[in-house]
Amino acid sequence: MKTVNNAVCTFCGCLCDDISVDLADDGAVKIRGACANGKGHMEEYDASEASPMIRGRKASWDEAYREAADILSGARSPLFYGLSSTATEAQRKCVALADRLGAVVDTTSSVCHGPTGIAMQTFGEPTCSLGEVMNRADFLLFWGCNPMVAHSRHFTRYSLMPKGRFTPEGRKGRRVVLADIRETPSAKAVDRFLRIEQGRDYEVLTALRALVQGREMTATSVGGVPREELVSLAEEMTRCRYGAAFFGMGLTMTAGKDLNIGQYFSLVRDLNARTRFSVVAMRGHGNVAGADAVLTWQTGYPFAVSLAGGVPVYGPGEFTAVDMLARAEADAALVVASDPRAHFPAKAADYLDSIPHVVVDPNMSLTAAKATVYLPGAQYGVDAEGTYYRMDGVPIRTRAFRERSRPTDEEIFDRLLEEVDR
Amino acid sequence: MNKGTIGITGGRLYDPANGIDGQIRDIWIRDGVVVSESDADKNSAEIIDATGMNVMPGGVDVHSHIAGAKVNHGRKMCPEEHEAHKMDRARGGRSGAGFTVPTTFMTGCMYSEMGYTTVMEAACAPIVARHTHEELEDMPCLDKGILITMGNNEFLFDCISRGELSMARDFVAWTLKASRGYGVKVVNPGGVENWKSSRSNVGNWDQDIGGFDLTPRKVLNALIRSADELGLPHGVHLHGLNLGTTESAEQTLDSIRNSPGRLHLTHLQFMSYGKDKKGRFRSRTEELAAAVNANSNVTFDVGQIVFGPATTMTSDGPFQYNLGTMTGHKWFGGDEENETGGGIVPIRYSRKNKINALQWVTGLELFLLAKDPWRVFLTTDHPNAGPFFCYPQVIRLLMDRGYRNEILDTLPASVRKRSLLKDIEREYTLGEIVTITRAAPARVLGLNKKGHLGVGADGDVAVFHPDDDGTRAPICQGGGSLCKRCMDRPRWVLKAGRVLVKNGFLVDRVDGGTFCVSAESDPSLEPLLREHFEKYYTVAFDNYPVQDCYLPKKEEIPCR
Repeated sequence: MKTVNNAVCTFCGCLCDDISVDLADDGAVKIRGACANGKGHMEEYDASEASPMIRGRKASWDEAYREAADILSGARSPLFYGLSSTATEAQRKCVALADRLGAVVDTTSSVCHGPTGIAMQTFGEPTCSLGEVMNRADFLLFWGCNPMVAHSRHFTRYSLMPKGRFTPEGRKGRRVVLADIRETPSAKAVDRFLRIEQGRDYEVLTALRALVQGREMTATSVGGVPREELVSLAEEMTRCRYGAAFFGMGLTMTAGKDLNIGQYFSLVRDLNARTRFSVVAMRGHGNVAGADAVLTWQTGYPFAVSLAGGVPVYGPGEFTAVDMLARAEADAALVVASDPRAHFPAKAADYLDSIPHVVVDPNMSLTAAKATVYLPGAQYGVDAEGTYYRMDGVPIRTRAFRERSRPTDEEIFDRLLEEVDR
Repeated sequence: MNKGTIGITGGRLYDPANGIDGQIRDIWIRDGVVVSESDADKNSAEIIDATGMNVMPGGVDVHSHIAGAKVNHGRKMCPEEHEAHKMDRARGGRSGAGFTVPTTFMTGCMYSEMGYTTVMEAACAPIVARHTHEELEDMPCLDKGILITMGNNEFLFDCISRGELSMARDFVAWTLKASRGYGVKVVNPGGVENWKSSRSNVGNWDQDIGGFDLTPRKVLNALIRSADELGLPHGVHLHGLNLGTTESAEQTLDSIRNSPGRLHLTHLQFMSYGKDKKGRFRSRTEELAAAVNANSNVTFDVGQIVFGPATTMTSDGPFQYNLGTMTGHKWFGGDEENETGGGIVPIRYSRKNKINALQWVTGLELFLLAKDPWRVFLTTDHPNAGPFFCYPQVIRLLMDRGYRNEILDTLPASVRKRSLLKDIEREYTLGEIVTITRAAPARVLGLNKKGHLGVGADGDVAVFHPDDDGTRAPICQGGGSLCKRCMDRPRWVLKAGRVLVKNGFLVDRVDGGTFCVSAESDPSLEPLLREHFEKYYTVAFDNYPVQDCYLPKKEEIPCR
């Protein structure tokens, strides 16, 4: 038996890099130290050779590359979507292909933290790496997120529990608040739960900003939260030494969207007039932060970018995948390591079915099952090495602990770049 | 690299490192490297006729924020400024966007079209160095290196406060290796730590760093000594205390007078201010230039203000917060565990604003009062004081007193009257310009094959026709009709003997290399570091060092 230490779990934005992998001589894999999500992600991936498919039938790699290249280069308005569960090496090549073909590129950000990006572009963003939370934070605020389920090791590795240089007491030395519309499993782990009326986050955040700025509040309650609760929360936040504010799709994808996040960022900025406070988005997919970064350094914009005119053009709402598909504005698609058929509104998903589309994904998915061409690549973090960016932007190189028999996504895009020029 | 021989003949050569100042000389490049005429295969050589033109080494930028986490946040944060400034994919094969913070391909292309071939990325925290290397790989046509921020590193603070200076030195070597970095960058030592721990700062070199039994002076001195003892090709690269405030000059003068070794002061313009008797903001360029002139261990780059839009981005957390608060603009802040902090605030420098006007005057005074062109380098601290592609305008200001006065006359009268600049007659010669943009920065960086065209040098060459000066329409939005430039449109730019630019436009693209240093540390450091990582980092020790696969064209520069 062989053990690989410090393997990196690429499932979610936590990007835990302390995973141990036991490899038995018969090829069995045992994952130690990961959460249930990560364990499934790493153990259940079948690393054996997989055949590409063209319209549901097995095909050779050469045939599949040719077919995929024909579909994409023959399209007048190709849409590239996904990217957040593959390595930056592959993302870079994928954007190069989009630039070459004049495609629209959008990432899963547009259906999760796209509004976070827009708020950052409007207000800036006072942020920090997760280690600063571990080493310094004595106050934590979670808003519209459920780490216990979605980022299972966040509490133990980065935020609630760990002891650091200026936080020798760990959990005991931290005050923790969760704000959400319902008591999720995460509520059990915190000191105080703040129930917000559905869709009223913006009002509650506005009231908190006013209180932090030292203004009087006359309303008896805002967004379902009584005045006294808001006053004491504002006091706690201003009294702490270093606060950290986290948030998830409960804030980005509810009424107000980027305005909610703008208000959240502004609250954190206001708090910095009194104490130190940072904000970190709970990014979902393992490398969605990398997808944002790659698109930004190559095109100037983090998502929803059209390269159709030979220069990058930014257009959330215009070049976002759901909107493009629902308006029937794409005539072919390339879906990379994501499953829009499972997550998009029916109108957009149905339209995707109606156009030729190429899917690059290590795992069979609803989208892959109906792909015109399916290219099963290797799984970064299991049988391929590559770079993933954690939710706070820290880049980590994944380890490969299984023998690789499939091409990596990077190699797939290399081949597609060659094929479209043929 | 270009296989075969290329000759650049009949031009006036400016190669100050080899004592050539405009004499007619031929340059021969074989397999990417400058060779003597006798070693050139002249029969099969491709010849560039440079008759009537000025031939010089490719430009070398000692300090520019071009890639990495902070730069990328700057790109992302300001989509509004990209709109009017885009690059078509037809030019150079990849499209791009961005005015003060262009995308990676666009940055490489625009530097190349200005005759530059080497650029040093000015600041990167080691924990995110992998990101910077990825961006550099996507930045063609330039050789690059990375300066690594160490002035607020807590492991280093622990070593220095315990008096274990040899361990501090080992840690410097280890960090450079782990990040595949090139040099030691120090930013507001202790001030960023104080900002993170107690929302404060440090105001002078002897103030306490909270939580550590330490002062900024001890940190700086330990790093200067470490860099010198390791024989790093480039000494400590310092952004000191109180940037942009009336207390900056005093602390800068202290650091110049008391440095125990090689010291490079970066963007000195931002560090040159004091108060007059009425408490008003004034620049202290005369004293600073005198102090630099008197201390041969000290070099500086200017960080010249260019009027128009800019994006401030530094590792100086408290400064960026204060600037955001003062201007009310959007503010990005980023604290990086155990290592550093920083921030980003967009800004616009205006001729009508007295402080901005004074900054502009201060930068030019520093250029013109520094006696030794080998110890002053042209920068705009891109994109902090202005975009790099405005260098040709700065060159014109230095070479043309009439143009300088034309701009000076548009500044607020109070600034003009109190300036030394109005009485300075000096104009830079072309040889001096080539020194401050090529020969001198290459020398201070310890890059022996850059910045000159002697035998063995890299075949990086820029050829300008003097008649082309100022013929290209302004690219910047700030200067408008007041923007005049020279050396803005090279007839040819060669990188390792390969023609990349013809008549001012990119015609070919090559991948550039990345410089790093080969400093070695004592292996006994490793167990201690491992323990430090287990206690205070959220990244495993074994996953931290940048692998060589991130530097496909690595060039290791040996220590002295």
